[in-house]
Amino acid sequence: MAVFEYAPAPESRAVVDIASHYGLFIGGEFVESEDGKPFKSVNPATEEVLAEVTGAGPRDVDRAVRAARAAYEKVWGPMSGADRAKYLYRIARIVQERSRELAVLESLDNGKPIRESRDVDLPLVAAWFFSYAGWADKLGYAGFGPDPRPLGVAAQVIPWNFPLLMLAWKIATALACGNTVVLKPAETTPLTALAFADICRQAELPAGVVNIVTGAGGTGQALVSHGGVDKVAFTGSTEVGRQIAGSLAGTGRRLTLELGGKAANVVFEDAPLDQAVEGIVNGIFFNQGQVCCAGSRLLVQESVYDEVLGRLKRRMATLRVGDPLDKNTDVGAINSPAQLARIRELSEVGEAEGAERWSAPCAMPERGYWFPPTLFTGVTQAHRIAREEIFGPVLSVLTFRTPAEAVDKANNTPYGLSAGVWTEKGSRILWMAQRLRAGVVWANTFNKFDPASPFGGYKESGYGREGGRHGLEAYLAH
Amino acid sequence: MTTTDTLADVATSASALRRFLHGLPGVDQVGAEERAARLAARSVKATAKAFALDLAVSMVDLTTLEGQDTPGKVRALCAKAARPDPSDPAAPRVAAVCVYPDLVATAKRALAGSGVRVASVATAFPSGRAARAVKIADVEYAVAAGADEVDMVIDRGAFLAGDYLALYDEIGAVKEACGGAHLKVILETGELVTYDNVRRASWLAMLAGADFIKTSTGKVQPAATLPVTLVMLEAVRDFRAAVGRQVGVKAAGGIRAAKDALRYLVVVNETAGPAWLTPALYRFGASSLLNDLLMQRQKLATGHYAGHDYVTED
Amino acid sequence: MPTDNGSERVEVRKAYKLYIGGAFPRSESGRSYPVSDARGRFLANAALASRKDARDAVAAAYKAWPGWSARTGYNRDQILYRIAEMLEGRRDQFAAEVAAAEGLSRARAAAQVSAAIDRWVWYAGWADKLAQVLGAGNQVSGPFFNFSVPEPAGVVAAVAPRSSSLLGLVSVVAPVIVAGNACVVLAAEDRPLPAVSLAEVLATSDLPGGVVNILTGAVAEVAPWLASHFDVHGLDLAGVEDPALAADLERAAAGNLKRVLLPEREPDWTADPGLTRMRAFLEIKTVWHPVGI
Repeated sequence: MAVFEYAPAPESRAVVDIASHYGLFIGGEFVESEDGKPFKSVNPATEEVLAEVTGAGPRDVDRAVRAARAAYEKVWGPMSGADRAKYLYRIARIVQERSRELAVLESLDNGKPIRESRDVDLPLVAAWFFSYAGWADKLGYAGFGPDPRPLGVAAQVIPWNFPLLMLAWKIATALACGNTVVLKPAETTPLTALAFADICRQAELPAGVVNIVTGAGGTGQALVSHGGVDKVAFTGSTEVGRQIAGSLAGTGRRLTLELGGKAANVVFEDAPLDQAVEGIVNGIFFNQGQVCCAGSRLLVQESVYDEVLGRLKRRMATLRVGDPLDKNTDVGAINSPAQLARIRELSEVGEAEGAERWSAPCAMPERGYWFPPTLFTGVTQAHRIAREEIFGPVLSVLTFRTPAEAVDKANNTPYGLSAGVWTEKGSRILWMAQRLRAGVVWANTFNKFDPASPFGGYKESGYGREGGRHGLEAYLAH
Repeated sequence: MTTTDTLADVATSASALRRFLHGLPGVDQVGAEERAARLAARSVKATAKAFALDLAVSMVDLTTLEGQDTPGKVRALCAKAARPDPSDPAAPRVAAVCVYPDLVATAKRALAGSGVRVASVATAFPSGRAARAVKIADVEYAVAAGADEVDMVIDRGAFLAGDYLALYDEIGAVKEACGGAHLKVILETGELVTYDNVRRASWLAMLAGADFIKTSTGKVQPAATLPVTLVMLEAVRDFRAAVGRQVGVKAAGGIRAAKDALRYLVVVNETAGPAWLTPALYRFGASSLLNDLLMQRQKLATGHYAGHDYVTED
Repeated sequence: MPTDNGSERVEVRKAYKLYIGGAFPRSESGRSYPVSDARGRFLANAALASRKDARDAVAAAYKAWPGWSARTGYNRDQILYRIAEMLEGRRDQFAAEVAAAEGLSRARAAAQVSAAIDRWVWYAGWADKLAQVLGAGNQVSGPFFNFSVPEPAGVVAAVAPRSSSLLGLVSVVAPVIVAGNACVVLAAEDRPLPAVSLAEVLATSDLPGGVVNILTGAVAEVAPWLASHFDVHGLDLAGVEDPALAADLERAAAGNLKRVLLPEREPDWTADPGLTRMRAFLEIKTVWHPVGI
């Protein structure tokens, strides 16, 4: 038998120029902090420090909000939709032009495989700006009245799992609707947002329309609670979302939240099994499972349990874990030691509660933060790993007997972001899709995103939609 | 999926065979093509590339299937098959030369002692539209002329009409006529159209005794594609799991670039598994592919891009 | 009205009770509170709903919601229209109650009742149109069929406007249920009688029990239990006039991330309602499916 090992195929780092230090992007230029503390952004695959980044303090945040307000009142608010569109198209084009650089930077800072940053994140980032650019001069046709108005200054706090893509979802929509923004990227993944600041300058976007304040939770808190913002948008954990919702009570400020999930991926006995296995793998190991809509609960019909599990394990054994910049890597690094600790902790809970753990046999690098693709069998609804979001490459496998039981189990969670259904029977797909309480139902596919497709959750997965015509609602007065 | 015992029963009647084939899991076209595209994005570099290029050369069924084929043409092809790169004796020989039955004897003589096998198309290639007796006679002629391998075409009409048992019997009869020759069963996937059909036809051929399942005649478009090969590789993988017998796969037609060949090898590696990475179980039916593989070999060896005048044209 | 023997007829008064799960219970607490007209004259004792009544109402709504949301739009359309029909037949009664509650002239009260009836008719028609107006076929860049449909959020708790005892109440309840949600509504605290009478209309309009549950009582006492209840998915604060209470309720609602509709500053219940109140308690569900052979 021949051994066909792929030699290392690393994407070149030379396309990226990382500065040793970054200031805050306020009012169209990089400025130093007035009251913040610097912090370091680390490559999770190597633990190498990539850059020193500025942690914005409350005064910095205030400066950014005022810059956004001034830009809103003087430039961006009064600007015609057609002109706003042209700026967004410019940004989309520059993202396409600098796409490889941004993909490498994203993989360095986040730990995700270059295959994903290159083939998923960046194409979607460009598409998002392109798509929403087209909305800027057509808002009157979007169903929110003949002349819908922007809200003003939007405070946007985004997570570390899709740093640039979440930025695009937030900024493209806000800007298309005529708002200006202050955006805070996640503490562990600030670099592509800072690169985006440079893209804004290349596009000659008017100063203050986009402001980027880097920092940790305190910066985010200062931003979302700032009295000068009209709108808060947050993507992240349900726990923080809950706090933000509570803290905004009584302010009248508009809020949209895109939070956690514990999606069920339901596989029926008549599923296209090979594609279902791909969908299961893509559902939970895409981006190391650090995806709010990850299909983290596999519900398999008992009659095909053994077969699906056998195929799944065989497939998981072919996953290539390692260097995110290697073009052949399927599963990269966990984003941070804190996240790794959480994944480990919940996995240990899974074992302690009696579920059986199986991890794909794979060698992992010595340095960096790694967790092997893992599944748990013997899981029931009563296990914590079936209820709590792990946000890692850990799949809980449960079984069901009838469609109604599948629906009951799938819906039996406070979350409601996404769900998957696998069956070749069309009427059953629609029956399931009607009953699954989730904002996105992927039938015979999983983890698909598109700027024309609304995304967002039911229940504790948050409120508001991003994408499509529905995404505009969050940034328009109506 | 199914145990050997139940598989023994599946062809006992037309209804049993139909039930079995239609009970196979469906194939979602979009998902299958997505998977193939993702595997195609694998990057094969350096030593892995050198290994894969040599492996690919050794898997080529160097083919000429033209009305204008002559003994001279076939002899030239055989020379190339035995010694693909005159400038590099280390270049592996190809797996087989594939010709029409009437040229088998010529090829056999030309390849004597070379280790290169002779494959013959048969059963009223490429359409398969002839009486059973004529098809069997076609096979017997090729085998008598010395063919080591027989590439039969299935009766797509029978398959599409749902006459699975007739097709099963026909493949069985051809297998018997082959004697010791290896039987490759050409599904002509371009005429089967759907992946569901490809999966069923794959199982049908394997159940009937195929040693290899082969995508295409090369006379119909589309011929071999990556996703269709993926689906067939899933079938041989599952067939082994069910029955224990390893059936080979041959992707034929339309594969011209070394880069594409490497993609097929990645799909073989990650679908059926490394056990299939041998000429005994995986083949490329091609002609111009060989020269591109050789040029890529030369590029790896010399460090500069190779020229078309530095590989042989026959 | 004079009787045969010349004395005034002693009228039969109505007991004003709660409306929970299609039944008319008293408060489990046994409490009631006096309700006066706009000039302070005693009208009736209304049930003073308790925390447990709120719990029971939510339980009834939670139970009714799946069946209600599974009905066809056409069916919900007809039932809401039926409510209008029933209300139309009792115009005079409602005009009298609204006049008493709000201190309006009979003519202005009648106008409010007319507007309330018309509002039911207006919302009824939305039942089978929301998916077309709020849904979408999404043109994604790939071989996928992708569509978005609105779906009810679930159980919505509402505090009815204090100012507009019938029209305001209808304006809050109708948009919630037309889309398939179930509703627990806290009637205007000091003008609850039209709400209880509306319950009688609802009970005779083919509306399944539990789809609308009406509580009367103290907003400050009951609303927090609704706002914090984890089987409640949406909260309409239309009638909460105290900003501090509204903020408290909004904070409580954050516990399970309820969709919250904030009170308007100066609501005009006679104005065109628009889509806002329906949209507030609808989820958008997007379904993807590959397109292939």
